[in-house]
Amino acid sequence: MLDAGEVTQENLLEVNNIEVIYNHVILVLKGVSLRVPKGGITALLGGNGAGKTTTLKAISNLLASERGEVTKGNIMLRGERIQDLNPADLVKRGVIQVMEGRHCFEHLTVEENLLTGAYTRNASKGDINADLEMVYAYFPRLKERRRSQAGYTSGGEQQMVAIGRALMSRPETILLDEPSMGLAPQLVEQIFEIVKSLNENEGLTFLLAEQNTNVALRYAHYGYILESGRVVMDGPAKELRENPDVKEFYLGMSDEGRKSFRDVRSYRRRKRWLS
Amino acid sequence: MPDQLIFAMEVTLNGLMAGVLYALVALGFVLIYKASGIFNYAQGVMALFAALTLVGIMEGQVPFSHLINAIFGTDVHHFSWSVPALGAILLTMAVMVFLAWAVNKIIFRHLVNQEPIILFMATIGLAYFMEGFGDMMWGSDIKKLDVGLPQGLNMVIDETTYGMFGYGFFIDNLDLIATVIAILLVSVLVIFSQYTKQGRAMRAVADDHQAALSVGVSLNFIWVMVWSLAGFVALVAGIMWGTKSGVQFSLSLIALKALPVLMLGGFTSIPGAIVGGLIIGVGEKLFEFLMGPIVGGATENWFAYVLALIFLVFRPQGLFGEKIIERV
Repeated sequence: MLDAGEVTQENLLEVNNIEVIYNHVILVLKGVSLRVPKGGITALLGGNGAGKTTTLKAISNLLASERGEVTKGNIMLRGERIQDLNPADLVKRGVIQVMEGRHCFEHLTVEENLLTGAYTRNASKGDINADLEMVYAYFPRLKERRRSQAGYTSGGEQQMVAIGRALMSRPETILLDEPSMGLAPQLVEQIFEIVKSLNENEGLTFLLAEQNTNVALRYAHYGYILESGRVVMDGPAKELRENPDVKEFYLGMSDEGRKSFRDVRSYRRRKRWLS
Repeated sequence: MPDQLIFAMEVTLNGLMAGVLYALVALGFVLIYKASGIFNYAQGVMALFAALTLVGIMEGQVPFSHLINAIFGTDVHHFSWSVPALGAILLTMAVMVFLAWAVNKIIFRHLVNQEPIILFMATIGLAYFMEGFGDMMWGSDIKKLDVGLPQGLNMVIDETTYGMFGYGFFIDNLDLIATVIAILLVSVLVIFSQYTKQGRAMRAVADDHQAALSVGVSLNFIWVMVWSLAGFVALVAGIMWGTKSGVQFSLSLIALKALPVLMLGGFTSIPGAIVGGLIIGVGEKLFEFLMGPIVGGATENWFAYVLALIFLVFRPQGLFGEKIIERV
């Protein structure tokens, strides 16, 4: 068992040079490689359409239902090739995805939503209830709302439901897609604090896709930057935060301080990442 | 008590019984719609197919006998045995489960994430295919179905009401049994969908395929389960209607009677199917009784739809349908 909060050298997930094609024609990922160390928070950064979601879905195998497929490369979980498994197998192996845009079951109550997370487990009622309490301890707000239909809860609460639901499967790794989407900055901070404490207290490994580079790099240990389906840069979060290109293009800062949109014309890349 | 009122009471009771039979068909629609968002046009044909299969097995008919005879020049039509009702019902259920599996394997698993209209079209195709397939398998002649359910006038009710009003109500035993079975079926289905793990997963799949996949629910398993349940409900409806009016092509048209029930009760509510069925049943019988003589009769064909339309205008999701969640 892993000591809480310790990032190891052991790679839990390895993505090796994968290519993903949708509908047999649309090439979305053009050779993405990354490693997710056990016990770490790894961030996948980049703008719209960079391929973050596709990368996560390639790992969790939710691509098939969207007519996407991994055509090259491989994805390994603890050395086992996983790209031919179905999502349920992966959940049983401890890898679960929290999808972008929350995707709660609207007509189910908050508690029923959480319970569906335990679908693949053959746990006793007592164990399941203990886990429910664990989720409620991290998200006290959900306990108050446990009997409400999820469709009527706020965006922040739905994000909590989605994360809590994933926790109910007792995962080892959570693939968290865009947790900040549509949330107020304060709430974003709160969600990331919870991610951090889950990582430190429960030893959970996270791979999170995020457009909000600023927040993500403050909480992650390591980051990958995707552009147009390729990894263009990677490094420890600290180094990325200091990198002048990342600062300029993703954090909106430059040597002269924070840039405003008025200066947008003067944007010029220091380095051509895509050639 | 005036005669008119007593007649009206009898008509109402008969309407309730008829409503239960409509509700039985509507239930099958609700189940599939709830779990997969598919409006299963083939539900009526499934009832017909189930009834045909049941009769065929009970009488020891050789399936595809016409085809076999045509190809091999033989003359087979019946095995030398007949199967008792209970055994035949179990065997028919097995056939319906197989059918559910095949339908899912051959058609619907390839249509994940497609538009509802495409799924609807697929069920229309399925309906007509199954109709022909049923004919080919069991022949197209009208068959009598008798699984041993009591039929005819219920003497107890007749005598009690005669004692009370001096006029005996005519209530069919079969209708009474249908009512009991419908109540049982609905209770079991409601408990299943609200309080069990698979029932919860079924509702989860209905809400969001992708999210259900992401937590490890197998869509294929849930869909086969739901189509099997719908097959079971179709079998029950087929037995009731088949016993009442013979197993024949027109059995598949009872699906049309289920439509107004669904509009009224809501496509997503199991209790709604029952309440809708009762309202439609009583409504059309009473309307025929009160207004029929004035407008020249035959109101039962259209009254249900008018009633359903009125409900649609004021409550698009039906009486018990899931609230259309809109966040502003």
